[in-house]
Amino acid sequence: MEDLKSTPLRAAHEGLKALMAPFGGWLMPIQYAGIIAEHRWCREKAALFDICHMGEFLYKGDIVADGLEGVFTFSVKGIPVGRSRYGFLLNEDGGVIDDLIVFRLAEDEAMIVVNAATTENDLSVIRSRLKNPAVLTDISSRTGKVDLQGPLSREIMVRHFGPQILDIPFFKFIRTRILDVDAIVSRTGYTGELGYEIFLSADKVARLWELLLEEPDVSPAGLGARDLLRLEMGYSLYGSDLDEGITPLTAGLSTFVNMEKEFVGKGALQRELAQGSPLAKVAFRVDSRRAPRHHYEILHEGEKVGSVTSGAFSPMLSCGIGLGLVKPSAAALGTRLVIRHERVEMEAEVVELPFYTGGSLRA
Amino acid sequence: MAKFFTKEHEWVEVAGGQATVGISEHAAHELGDITYVELPKIGRSVKQFDTLAGIESVKAASDIYAPISGKVVEVNQALDEAPELVNQGAEAQGWICRLEGVDEGELASLMDAETYRTYLRGL
Repeated sequence: MEDLKSTPLRAAHEGLKALMAPFGGWLMPIQYAGIIAEHRWCREKAALFDICHMGEFLYKGDIVADGLEGVFTFSVKGIPVGRSRYGFLLNEDGGVIDDLIVFRLAEDEAMIVVNAATTENDLSVIRSRLKNPAVLTDISSRTGKVDLQGPLSREIMVRHFGPQILDIPFFKFIRTRILDVDAIVSRTGYTGELGYEIFLSADKVARLWELLLEEPDVSPAGLGARDLLRLEMGYSLYGSDLDEGITPLTAGLSTFVNMEKEFVGKGALQRELAQGSPLAKVAFRVDSRRAPRHHYEILHEGEKVGSVTSGAFSPMLSCGIGLGLVKPSAAALGTRLVIRHERVEMEAEVVELPFYTGGSLRA
Repeated sequence: MAKFFTKEHEWVEVAGGQATVGISEHAAHELGDITYVELPKIGRSVKQFDTLAGIESVKAASDIYAPISGKVVEVNQALDEAPELVNQGAEAQGWICRLEGVDEGELASLMDAETYRTYLRGL
């Protein structure tokens, strides 16, 4: 545990008696009271997450001249100032080095938010693709981030930070002052609920955490609940559903790939489009409360057709749910599948996403 | 009646030739929210330390081993609908199944409650 990094909120988590465990090189809270209770709280009220482990890079320069425009699967110059966009950093083979969000702060300024475990590699890959690497600064260690997610998050945010919060539609953000420092408040999240991501100076994040927890409707939630919430929405998790050997097309995420522009990996994706993907993403629902888990085999008509990339028990649907990669012939809606691991076997059916449709995301 | 415990955190209590089996409070706490219990089939015979049942929590799936040999004569059907009963009382209402035809001599290879507590402290 000694090699693990800690967020500025470690003492707060320990004070709350959180179960802490390694995650992406960080010691993070997995749960406080219990994963299912935290999950329900997020769906019904507002849950607070420590997301300080994620990486942030600040870019300042000429997006086109520096070559930033060709780095991701979406156009950075095409993002209006005040908006953010989700997409990918790919390798030459079209495999996903990371999934990330770019915030367009100004004409010549952007913040890139990446996964914790991939931060260092992302930084070196992005820098290697820029004409002038100095335009990109790693601000991860000085940036604190908490997410407030849940149907009551908006009224709580308004109470603390004023009516300007009402001016943030989905996937937009504002730059503001919180606790006397510059902050970014964004209408994003990964839970399927109405929610906000708040970025501010790392030395203020513990105070912000305390402040929001003073609200009776706010409860802390750990990475356990976060994983179930994102899976109920069918969102991909880097390292499970996405990795360097999986392209965004195979992973069913072509929406976030702009084939009209140039980017590293585009050639491989064009070949995949021409030849067809060898595997397809499926979402499936299990007939029982049994949970499919990462790497379990997927069978169709007695033949192994793929494997589970993410799976869990869904607290809202009271059954097992999962994502997997299978031969395209087994991916049609309604296809009956068998999920198998050692002596465990469960029946499942291919369904549409999201699994859970009752969220307040776009409220 | 006295409970006996395995190193794998099952408990067993024998009364009138019938053994009641479950997982320990410690195991239930470690597993976290329990979401599914795979109950054994009634009529099945198991040897001591064979796989008896399965249990899943949000975090993990685990096997439950038979703390004693015997034949399954009853299962805790309530766990089908409410597996969280194991979290609420692993050594009471969260019992898993009952076995008959048991050999009480096998209890000698298990830990009594006090020895089990000492064992947990050493983990």
